[in-house]
Amino acid sequence: MAGFLFRRLVNYVVLTFVATSLAYMLAASALSPRANYLGRNPPLPAAAIDARLDELNLNDKTPLLERYGTWVSGVAHGDFGLTVQGDSVNEDLKRRAGVTFRLIIIGVFFGSFLGVAIGAYAAVKQYGWFDRLTTVASFFVLAVPTVVLATILVILGTQFNNLLGIPVVYVSGEATPGLTGGFFAHLLDRVQHLILPTISLSIGLIATFSRYQRNMMLDVLGADFIRTAMAKGMSRRAALTKHALRTALIPAVTYFAFTFGSLLVGATITEKVFNWPGLGQQLVNSITTNDVNTVAAIAFLTAIAVLFASLLADLLTAALDPRVRVS
Amino acid sequence: MTLAEEEMAEELEAVQVPSRFRVVARRFFGMRQGLIGFVLLALMFVLAFFGPLLGHWSYTDKDFTAFLAPPSASHWWGTLQTGADVYALTLRGMQKSLLVGLLVGVISTAIAAVVGAFGGYFLGWTDRVLQWVVSLLLVLPSFLILAIMSPLFSGGAWVLFVIMLALFMWMITSRVVRGLTISIKEREFVAAARFMGVPAWKIIFQHIIPNMSSLLIVDATLNVSAAILTETVLSYFGFGIQPPDVSLGSLIADGSKTATYAPWTFWFAAGVLVVTVLAVNLIGDSLRDAFDPTSKRGK
Repeated sequence: MAGFLFRRLVNYVVLTFVATSLAYMLAASALSPRANYLGRNPPLPAAAIDARLDELNLNDKTPLLERYGTWVSGVAHGDFGLTVQGDSVNEDLKRRAGVTFRLIIIGVFFGSFLGVAIGAYAAVKQYGWFDRLTTVASFFVLAVPTVVLATILVILGTQFNNLLGIPVVYVSGEATPGLTGGFFAHLLDRVQHLILPTISLSIGLIATFSRYQRNMMLDVLGADFIRTAMAKGMSRRAALTKHALRTALIPAVTYFAFTFGSLLVGATITEKVFNWPGLGQQLVNSITTNDVNTVAAIAFLTAIAVLFASLLADLLTAALDPRVRVS
Repeated sequence: MTLAEEEMAEELEAVQVPSRFRVVARRFFGMRQGLIGFVLLALMFVLAFFGPLLGHWSYTDKDFTAFLAPPSASHWWGTLQTGADVYALTLRGMQKSLLVGLLVGVISTAIAAVVGAFGGYFLGWTDRVLQWVVSLLLVLPSFLILAIMSPLFSGGAWVLFVIMLALFMWMITSRVVRGLTISIKEREFVAAARFMGVPAWKIIFQHIIPNMSSLLIVDATLNVSAAILTETVLSYFGFGIQPPDVSLGSLIADGSKTATYAPWTFWFAAGVLVVTVLAVNLIGDSLRDAFDPTSKRGK
């Protein structure tokens, strides 16, 4: 088991390295930081632009591999270079990563737990009113892209606030700047800002996971080992939770690792619409401002996040499935 | 039973057996959701490709007498801040989204079938290399790479956008195809073909891939809706279909800014998108049941 996890880990590290390097090369050759300095009035002298770009390690006159070498040796020391404004990428992204991962972790928590619970319950009461309702609802939710959903939530949230006369849910930002008050005032403020983005991020997850879990659960419910467990005197509830749900969770866990990548895109949209100062917002900005180092650093962080999710999925599978542990 | 009688019985049976296509079609249209999905999608296609013939405006026109006007007799779905007709723009965006979705669905499923089947058939190093590429593409942030490459998609190069989108959507299906190939290649007809000296690529294309057609058709359908959604997101951020052309994503991005006081700029594009994706998903789900002989749904 330990050997298996170790091999997986080594493979993941190699994949992260290759993926990040590819992202850097692509960004460095496709984006043109020089364009930021051209077309100014009065025009900047070419030597000044070159000096500035050299300082940022963004000069397209330096061979790509040489720039890549400088960048890699920096990354090896934990330094992701400078943004186009000349600030440290590390400092900027450290703050933003906290914002994004808080959003994602809360969204994933609600999304996967509610999704699995709804799907499992719907399967147990197959063709009952709950099953029919959630099936229809999930079809509709899966057809609504996050972009549309988030915009609708902003519209509804604004109307809701207008109706009550006081802001209950905030539609912009992650906290009220300059808020005075104690710990609980701050906590309440954070929660008020979190509600709509969390709904926007997790509702699609709930729909996906509930469909998936329902199908897996239905496959397992008809299996012989559930009947055997109940025939031996186990209560139906215990047989369903301890045997059926546990077995049906294994494919859902594998699926979780695959959804993590699309979740980061979902977070980008949510951040953009709700104006959160997170990684996704910075990703969009950095591409429009030709900020190669920031793009590469975000690529690195997303690759790490996806691989971490895969590793977590491996561990969870091992915890759920004794066959994986033994072999 | 004599020999002649036996032959007769076989002939009788042969007359009664309907083709696989007809069985699947009957089961598909027997399901309410399959029928609804098919009708909805057909309506969307008619609206997207024949609707513009009815409207008074083209998607490049600007009406300088009506800025941000609500729906009226001359502008059926209202106008934007620039005076552009929402009806004409939305239908143009639909055409692009439907085309992109269909092409990406077909191309990505084709790549998945070929890569998965080759990997599963040859195993060994071929498989190891292909599987590694699959893992790498799963790790690469596709959104980021498509976004970086977006300047290349301008000037009518949306076909390149389609290809790039397809390149990032085939990996999970190819893993399923690989697994199926490993089990199909042990079957007698594959062994027979191999012993007769049929080359490997011919076995893959003539025997293995056709045997997975049901999986591939369902998958292609579901990929269409996934592609439409991805295209929308990229265009929303300005990284997909480039101006002056429009897609539903860019329309939704524009509309969401004015949605609170001019709802028609947002809801028509969003509604059309939701109905299209819903229809495709319903079709995909019903097709899966129609192909599955053990499914109890349909007739």
